[in-house]
Amino acid sequence: MGEVIVITSGKGGVGKTTTSANLGCGLAIANKNVVLIDADIGLRNLDVVMGLENRIVYDLVDVVEGKCRLKQALIKDKRYPNLYLLAAAQTKDKTAVSPEQMVKLCDALREEHDYIIIDCPAGIEQGFKNAIAGADRAIVVATPEVSSVRDADRIVGLLEAAEIKNIRLVLNRLRPDMIKRKEMMTVDDVVDILAIEVLGLVPDDEAIVTSTNRGEPAVADNNSRAGLAFRNITQRIMGNDVPFMELEETGGFMAWLKKTFRIKN
Amino acid sequence: MSFFGFLNKKTPSGTVAKNRLELVLIQDRMNTSPEMLEMLKSDILKVLSNYVDIDEDDLAIDINSNEGPALVANIPIKAWKKR
Repeated sequence: MGEVIVITSGKGGVGKTTTSANLGCGLAIANKNVVLIDADIGLRNLDVVMGLENRIVYDLVDVVEGKCRLKQALIKDKRYPNLYLLAAAQTKDKTAVSPEQMVKLCDALREEHDYIIIDCPAGIEQGFKNAIAGADRAIVVATPEVSSVRDADRIVGLLEAAEIKNIRLVLNRLRPDMIKRKEMMTVDDVVDILAIEVLGLVPDDEAIVTSTNRGEPAVADNNSRAGLAFRNITQRIMGNDVPFMELEETGGFMAWLKKTFRIKN
Repeated sequence: MSFFGFLNKKTPSGTVAKNRLELVLIQDRMNTSPEMLEMLKSDILKVLSNYVDIDEDDLAIDINSNEGPALVANIPIKAWKKR
């Protein structure tokens, strides 16, 4: 029996879709059978982040309306044969799907796949309610900014009210240099405020922009720090205990210089 | 700004952010459910109406959070009920 994980945040633009794509690919690389569902009906984006935008024939709404079979709407990823995408409809709106239909869909997918990852739309309205309806656990994505953390707090409340017990935090776009200067909230600050367990810490990384440009999630990029963070999160989702990565940059000439001559800053 | 203002180190913005968030979330967490406040209102009315006639149009029940959360109610009484 597969597990359904919803990726949510409340606020838009904090990295839900990026997180969904990277965790989907990460789990597929770890030989799990994965389906990614884009629940953002009317504003679909997971397809472009995954580089699968040219392959969509049927979408989520076609499936729930019975216009095609579920299998026909699952787009096979071009890199990983055990990864599938169920795209959102672009011409409909959130009311085209009901929470009951989402539960049914998740139950059907659970039969044949290890993980079903749902990319939730921003906001707390119908689209959010649909996305969480069939979920077993939730990953709340936030950035260390007041607006994002405030919305994350609201989302945690709503998830608890919906009786989703397993709620974990992914803190995205961390800037170690700013945290050091005390110009950004620390991980502990955010965890104190939200009072939920951390699943992952993702540093701000240009590789996310460049990999998204190409439609190739950074989790497969061994040189990307964010990619490493997502690989670690993937392991933790599968129940493996992986230590949190050092956020501070350790490579580079300056670091070597400091280390060699024992310069402290 | 005083002339020596630059000597007073400004609070770092990360700390300011945390403090502001803690305050705003106290309010948010209380106000998360307007429905609950409505239910609370109707329950209070139910109990009170056993004893008094209440002017429901001028009724005001709110949560005030100046010095910690407090339930503030203004309930105009039309008449006491006869026992």
